[in-house]
Formats: sequence, structure tokens, C-alpha cells
Amino acid sequence: MDLSLLAWGAQGWGDEMVRGALVTIAVAALAYLLGIVIGSGLAACKLSGAAPLRWFASVYTTLIRGIPELLVIYLVFFGGGVALRSIASGLFGYDGYIDLPVFVTGVICLGVSAGAYSAEVIRGAVQTVPVGQIEAAMAIGMTRRQRFWRVLVPQVARYALPGLGNVWQFVLKDTSLISVIGLVEIMRQAAIGTGATKEPFTFYVTAAVLYLGLTALSDRGFARAEGWANRGVGRAS
Amino acid sequence: MDKGAALLVEDLHKSFGGLEVLKGISVEADDGDVISVIGASGSGKSTFLRCINFLEMPTKGRVVVAGDEVQVEERGGRSRVKDRRQLQRIRRQLGMVFQSFNLWSHMTVMQNVMEGPVTVLGLGKDEARARAAALLEKVGLHQKHDAYPSELSGGQQQRVAIARALAMEPRVLLFDEPTSALDPELVGEVLKVMRDLAAEGRTMIVVTHEMGFAREVSSRVLFLHEGRIEEDGPPDSVFERPASERCRRFLASVLH
Repeated sequence: MDLSLLAWGAQGWGDEMVRGALVTIAVAALAYLLGIVIGSGLAACKLSGAAPLRWFASVYTTLIRGIPELLVIYLVFFGGGVALRSIASGLFGYDGYIDLPVFVTGVICLGVSAGAYSAEVIRGAVQTVPVGQIEAAMAIGMTRRQRFWRVLVPQVARYALPGLGNVWQFVLKDTSLISVIGLVEIMRQAAIGTGATKEPFTFYVTAAVLYLGLTALSDRGFARAEGWANRGVGRAS
Repeated sequence: MDKGAALLVEDLHKSFGGLEVLKGISVEADDGDVISVIGASGSGKSTFLRCINFLEMPTKGRVVVAGDEVQVEERGGRSRVKDRRQLQRIRRQLGMVFQSFNLWSHMTVMQNVMEGPVTVLGLGKDEARARAAALLEKVGLHQKHDAYPSELSGGQQQRVAIARALAMEPRVLLFDEPTSALDPELVGEVLKVMRDLAAEGRTMIVVTHEMGFAREVSSRVLFLHEGRIEEDGPPDSVFERPASERCRRFLASVLH
């Protein structure tokens, strides 16, 4: 290993690798948020009384969980470009070559998958909240919105946090797959460094250290969040 | 106060699928009435209580709270509440105490009691806290403000739940078998609070298996059997001289 390759500035690759890590964090965070929004929507569909909604949610999760992540990325990347170009030429008469930015593609791909996985976690958590506590909120005259934010969400968060922590870990690591479409995150940056210096081991060990640092930090973050969400009730099991 | 009875229930029916659980119940409660509802399990007494604040949607019938009638409409062959806001307003007038307490487990005792006044009534935090502290004092839990429900005994949880209901300053209190989930040694502390409330002149509808409470505290006792009121009168007449044979047999079975 040649650590001098990782120097800061124009001579070394240290700053590039850190910039790659920031891109990884940004893609992962946005995709995770998107995933929780999609997952909450899907969970609501699964718990809904309307059969078409339940059917849609179940097809969505089966499809996304049944297709390799990498294939989802290719489908969104190429399919997204085709869709964008046909919209551009159909609606605006623009015939040039345009593409979804890779960053946006990455966020959408990972968010779509994270949504499928968090849907199950959120649905399970909602079902764990005792019906009586919702009834107590109704009986006291709370509106639907108040019941949702004051009673349901805090308790769903408690039951869902461990599962959502797992979803975060896989989103964080799966950002590496986005490198195949050219987004310069940790993996891609390591490959670029390797190509320029012929020192693969140095760069991939550095990448591993960066990923480990990020996952270790998020473990601690989730542990603290769980401690807060479990106040007064002990660990949700 | 305002015109009319505190609570008027007229010809209340409730069916679950093909099963008719309530077959036309009518009750009128004036301010200060304490009405105990007794009967075997399956007689419909809990369903009756839950229909009053529309936790169960009645199939038919009227519910009027302090002159305000819950508006119901027919749509697609099913009845539904016409105006959610109106129902929410009426529910503030109906404090409910559940068999299983149903305290919000992520909130402390204090937060449980303050929640309704702050979120639903829009009271300031200081005013709500003062109100909650006075009520917790009244139910004998002034030293437990910061405890979570999971740290309390069943009897303590139920007293918090009573304080939570009182904090809304409701016109009528509904008790759904408030002592049935309690260990025998904890029943007394909850009944004592309820006796105090009755003595203050609170209007209460109490579904209960506690015959002692029904007999000594209530101003009126209803005996329900298969979704109908079989016996209705002051406790002395219901307990001493029930007209209905079924009521006589029920009392004989529970009093021994």
C-alpha cells in the first residue's frame, strides 16, 4: 500500500476520495428519504380497505424485491432516458440527446428499492400500535391528522426504527452499484484512482475504510434514535 | 348549562354483519345522573357505550349530547357520520374511560393528561399543566407526573385515564368496565375515585360488573339482555324487586 497516494490536494487522491464519500452520503440520504415516503405510501396501501390499492402495493414489492438492484438501475437509467427523450420530442419538439442526470437516476433507483423494503417494516409497525390507543385519541376528539401525528407516528417510529436501520445500511452500501452508470461516488472514485495509478489495493482498501466509517457512524446514530423513541417503554421487541 | 338532557339516546340499533347486538336502546341522562349498565357478557352493554361516542357506528338511532345531535347520512346503503368536525366536537363532551386504560405509552402521565387540552382544546401549556396537576392530585397521583404508563400499576393507570378524561371537562363520563382488567386488590382505588366523582355530581354512564358500585352509587340501573333494556329503575327496585325473571337470575348468579 502506498499511503502517499492519499495525500490532500493536487498531488494525491485524498480529497477526491472524501468528495466521493460525500456524494455517497448525499445519494444515500436522499434515496432513503424517498424510500420512506414510498414505503409509507405502500404501507398505507397494504393496510387499506380498497383491494386495488392492496394489489398495487403487493405487485410493487414483489416486482422490486424480485429483480436484482443492478437491473433496476439499468432499467431506470435507460428507460428514464427513453421516456425523457420521447416527452421532449413529443411535447416540446426537441430532438437532441438528453438523459436523466446520473445523480437523480441513482436517487430514484435506490429510493424505489428502499421503498419496497421499508413498506413491510412500516406496515408491521403500524399493526403493532394498540388499537385502544387510537380509540382513546378518537374518544378525546382528535382529528384524523392529530391522531396520525400525535399518537400513530411516534409509536410507529419506535417499532419501525430497527428495521429502518437495516434499510439504511443496505441503501448506503448499494450506492456502490450506482457507479456503473458513472456517478462518481466512493466506488467509482476508487476505480478512477486505480486506473491512473495502477494501485488497486490502496484504493479499494480506502473505499472499504470509508464505507466502514459511514456504517459505524450510522449504527451509533440509529442506536441513539432508538433510545429516544423507546423512552418509557423499554426496547420494542 | 344548555338546553335539554346531558345525554339522550334514542332507539339505538347496532348489527355486526347479520348479528343484531343492540335492538333499540333508549336512555336519557340528566346532569348529575349516574347510570350503571349491568348484564351478562354478550348482552351488548359495551357496544352500547361505544355507540354513544361513535367508536362503533350505530346502525340506526339518535345520539344527542347537550342538545347537539350527531348528524348521520345514508350513502351507498351504509350510514356514516356526516360531519367529522361536529362528531369531534361532541366527543369532547363525552369523556371515555376504557377497560384496558389505553394510555398513550410514549407519553408521561403528565403528557397524557395535558394532551387533550393542548391538542384538541388549544389550551396554553401552562394552563393545561396546571389543570392536569390538579386532576392528578385529585386521583391521588401527584407524585407520578414524570412516570410512563408502563411504570404504573393497573389501578394507577386507570386513575390517570380518568384524569385524562376529566381534563377535557366533559359533560358526560363514559366508563367501559373500568375495573374489569384490574387485579382484585387494585379495584378499590379506582372505585373510590369514581365514587368521589359521583358525589361531585358528575354525569356518568358506567358499564360495570361491580354490583356494589351499581347499587350504592348509581341513581339508576339498567339491566341489558340480548340488546334490549330488560330492567330500568333506581338501584333499590332493580336489586330488591326486579320485574324481569332474567334480571333476577342474573343478580342471583353474580351476587353469590
